[in-house]
Amino acid sequence: MDDAAIQGLDDFLQRVPYVRYLGMRVELAGDEMTAVLPFAPHLIGNPMLPALHGGVIGAFLEMTALAQLSLAQPARRVPKTIDITIEYLRPARAQETYARAILRKVGRRIANVQVEAWQDSRAQLVAGLTGHFLLRPEA
Amino acid sequence: MRMSDSYDTATLAARMTEYVPHALALGLKLVAVGQGRGTMTVAWREDLVGDPDTGVIASGVVTALIDHTCGLAINAAFDLPAPIATLDLRIDYLRAAAPRTGVTCEAFGYKTTRSIGFVRAEAWDVDRGDLIATAQAAFMINPRS
Repeated sequence: MDDAAIQGLDDFLQRVPYVRYLGMRVELAGDEMTAVLPFAPHLIGNPMLPALHGGVIGAFLEMTALAQLSLAQPARRVPKTIDITIEYLRPARAQETYARAILRKVGRRIANVQVEAWQDSRAQLVAGLTGHFLLRPEA
Repeated sequence: MRMSDSYDTATLAARMTEYVPHALALGLKLVAVGQGRGTMTVAWREDLVGDPDTGVIASGVVTALIDHTCGLAINAAFDLPAPIATLDLRIDYLRAAAPRTGVTCEAFGYKTTRSIGFVRAEAWDVDRGDLIATAQAAFMINPRS
């Protein structure tokens, strides 16, 4: 992983106020990125279970897709989200959540990205996202 | 959160806002509710910005607002509070919201069965006729039963 890519990813995450609001961070093992969303009380959407808000999960998955794109194309401006489909597989409990993104296609203008989120076990996904993103020229 | 009231007896407006920590944290407000439909809004705030260069609210906030308003519309289709769970949510982002501007969402449950609710939603920043996002969602009703 080259330093420019990691620096670009770090800049992207540090500069976005909403990323700090969620409390999200990323971890890198070589070029494999895992996004981490530590539990925080303000992320709860269902106080009875309790479970994280569906919007929080959707936002976390979308930010993971954008972070993965930023890592792949450090010189470019942050892509714009065109559309996302979020599938909720089971309640996301009040605990730390993880996500990884796969860049299924990165074209000249459009990228198709798939993201999966889990908690205790990678085999027990809590949610998935597929999205299209508009790639923008170099900054 | 008003601990003296139970969730079941609280008004729908209260159940959609003050009883939900994330709705409270984002400052989601209920604007209107009718049979199978509802409108909610979120005000612009510095810590909810997604693009620091422009000051535009994060799409994640719009996602949460849409998800929540769709849930309101499903709840508003029933007389009693029913537990619900989002199955899927598709959002088209038509354009970025205006800088330093909040977002409003109206959702309409156009079909509910005993187990599933189908909802469409639209979101705008300034003008109801100039949308920033449209959405379609399916909800499971009484997921535990």
